[in-house]
Amino acid sequence: MREVAIIGVGMNKWGELWDKSLREIFIEAALSAIDDAGIDRIDSMYIGSMSSGLFTEQEHIASLLADYLGVAPIPSARVESACASGGLALRQGFIDIASGISDVVLVGGVEKMTDVTTGGATFALGTAADQEYECYHGVTFPGLYALIAKAHMHKYGTTREQLAMVAVKNHKNGSKNPLAQYPFEITIDDVLKSPLVADPLRLLDCSPITDGAAAIILCTVELAKKLKKDPIIKIIGSGHATDTIALHSRDDITWLSATEKAAKKAYEMAKKTPEDIDFAEVHDCFTIAEICVTEALGFFEKGKGGEAVEKGLTALNGKIPINPSGGLKSKGHPVGATGVAQVVEIVKQFREEAGERQIKNARIALTQNMGGTGGSALVHIFEKE
Amino acid sequence: MVGIVGYGAYIPRYRIKVEEIAKVWGADAPSYKKGLRLEEKSVPYLDQDTITLSVEASKNALKRAGINPKEIGAVYVGSESHPYAVKPSGTIVAEAIGATPEVYCADFEFACKAGTEAMHVCYSLVKSEEIKYGLAIGADTSQGAPGDALEYSASAGAAAFIFGKDNIIAEVEATYSFMTDTPDFWRREHQHYPRHGGRFTGEKAYFRHILGAARGIMEKTGTKAEDFSYVIFHQPNGKFPLKVGKMLGFSQEQIETGLLVPKIGNTYSGSSPLGLTAVLDIAKPGDRILLVSFGSGAGSDAFIFRVTERIREVQDKAPKTWDIINGKKFYLDYGTYAKFRGKILKA
Amino acid sequence: MITPQRYWREIPQRYRLEAGKCKKCGYICFPPRLICPKCKNREFETVRLNDEGKIASFTIIRVPPEQFSDLSPYAIGIIELNDGVKILAQIVDCDFEELEIGKRVKVEFRKIRSEGEAGIICYGYKAVLLE
Repeated sequence: MREVAIIGVGMNKWGELWDKSLREIFIEAALSAIDDAGIDRIDSMYIGSMSSGLFTEQEHIASLLADYLGVAPIPSARVESACASGGLALRQGFIDIASGISDVVLVGGVEKMTDVTTGGATFALGTAADQEYECYHGVTFPGLYALIAKAHMHKYGTTREQLAMVAVKNHKNGSKNPLAQYPFEITIDDVLKSPLVADPLRLLDCSPITDGAAAIILCTVELAKKLKKDPIIKIIGSGHATDTIALHSRDDITWLSATEKAAKKAYEMAKKTPEDIDFAEVHDCFTIAEICVTEALGFFEKGKGGEAVEKGLTALNGKIPINPSGGLKSKGHPVGATGVAQVVEIVKQFREEAGERQIKNARIALTQNMGGTGGSALVHIFEKE
Repeated sequence: MVGIVGYGAYIPRYRIKVEEIAKVWGADAPSYKKGLRLEEKSVPYLDQDTITLSVEASKNALKRAGINPKEIGAVYVGSESHPYAVKPSGTIVAEAIGATPEVYCADFEFACKAGTEAMHVCYSLVKSEEIKYGLAIGADTSQGAPGDALEYSASAGAAAFIFGKDNIIAEVEATYSFMTDTPDFWRREHQHYPRHGGRFTGEKAYFRHILGAARGIMEKTGTKAEDFSYVIFHQPNGKFPLKVGKMLGFSQEQIETGLLVPKIGNTYSGSSPLGLTAVLDIAKPGDRILLVSFGSGAGSDAFIFRVTERIREVQDKAPKTWDIINGKKFYLDYGTYAKFRGKILKA
Repeated sequence: MITPQRYWREIPQRYRLEAGKCKKCGYICFPPRLICPKCKNREFETVRLNDEGKIASFTIIRVPPEQFSDLSPYAIGIIELNDGVKILAQIVDCDFEELEIGKRVKVEFRKIRSEGEAGIICYGYKAVLLE
């Protein structure tokens, strides 16, 4: 297996981008990444997009975007694993290079979510759950995560305030990220007074609906060195696992088993343990998700994720900073782009280009991206050489 | 011996009081409460219709019958509020209880009498040995026009009866029906609410047919009022059954157990059948029961049942009707009731 | 939109809670599957799930999908049935304050949704609290 490096990243301001189409949003990010990498060659590309069909009535976007990027006829594939589509695109790019098939790969993610009504967006997102045995009964994504939250609170004593603290922390980080959709701070009180969406989750426990894209350029470490890239940022671990997409079919609905198993594989490949990780970008689609994820990744004991936030362990200056970018909560959640944007943040941190949210002396970082209520999970570990 | 082998009731848990309706329409609540003996009525939730009520009543009937639903050879739902104008309620009920595919099925409609007609057909099919068991259901989610007198009573409920030859809890001793063409109440195709002939619905409709059927069956069998432990009449309000009972020589005690209308309203096709379930809940072996339905348009079916020893074994196997009525309830304001009943026009 | 054929295909599960019980290890799959996720056996017998159970978790949906807007707000729970199988279902006929993890419920047959005023009516299971 060949070693894989990241040599370019691209991401523009996220939000409700009324005047931009899916293709414009994506091409802007892809061009930024290509410029950042300073290369004139791409062998193949992988694009994570959950539901361009339902959001924009456009399928077949892999070819469309290769064409608009001016790189056709190179192979281009769209990959889908609901909200983990971006993370999956990263893994496919990683495998492509590691296996020796391609030397330079563009990995991107995009979602244009505001071309439909709110009801239309809710429906499209809902398709990540079991259509016949979850959605049929009228459950929504906030509803499914609320079921997890309620059970987690009941089982471990996680508090409503602890959930709010996740949002407060991520907004604090996001306020220092000029690309974030909602770059402002909020208080616990703001969260607790925001409208209930699905008890106990409130509006400010939920990530927003976002238009956005992100792109990165991968190549062999050998090529990165030849190009005199500094620092050399390597992907040293990649793990991917699945679980039932129906939440109720799991033995323990508070435990993200796919994340645990993907992390195990990534740690093994990277020869690292949770203690080695300096910071992480994780999938906080809802506040409860970040709590469960930090447990499944082994950063904290089962049931202690809420307590960890409260103690400030996941803050920017904490033991293990989680979501320095602002996370899905503040930065936005253009579903397919999220898993790629997480890597953009890792690279910016490693290059010490993260401005006010810069974490000092970080050398090992992790991204975790998941689909649905955790029916799919991708974990990647990165090292700054 | 042919008769009932299992019975079950189901009544929605939502209620609206007569006062709450009267308040909205500026009507005189006491005249409904005292004059017609109506206190409150059941209201189906947004997710309930004749089919869902029928399924739940049938599940209760199956619990009491203790039979394999595959042995049910006919499913007849009698109702004036079938959710589909075209597409049977019965197939959905049959599928839900597991009686398909070897089963006779069609929906019945005869104003408030469709349930007893379904009972009569099931009884006859069992008697003629066409089927082993037959499931007859009377169920409705009836609607009265906003502000109309019927709005105070039109309600929702279902009663289900399984007829058979073995393990009978109440034998059918006799049946009798009395029909004429009497336009006392109707609903035209595509109309949301029914219309009625006002006071014409009394003497020439309800009383004439109930008296005709009751007198006919008693004459046919040589029985008198005092030969019955209980009698159940169709109950569009609380006054008519008592009045017709008195005309036939029945006491208030004979009528009261099966008189549900003050507490749940007129459940139309479920009305007298639900009264019968309440009576069977407390009946003793040997009790003789007279049931007389009435359906506008118009006609009455009369049945004489004789309760058997097996009644004691089944009474506690499913919820009892008065326990359902007195159980968990949620009272609605008129606005919520109007929403539940689809009376609010939306964009 | 749910087409009649897509709805019809699931009727045994929606109406009767029909599940597949693995003939080898006894694991109950709801809905039925072609291969047992526990022991990989491929032979099943059709069983009907117990219609009583308890609340494993619940929430109140206050921002519903469009087809469910008339019901809003409504409760949804994960119900652990007596045979150990978990299902997701609405919990109806309750005050939200009554809901608690562990409370006993039973399944009732209800209308789940309908495709507008003229389309098919879709039925299925919901939970109600046991009294």
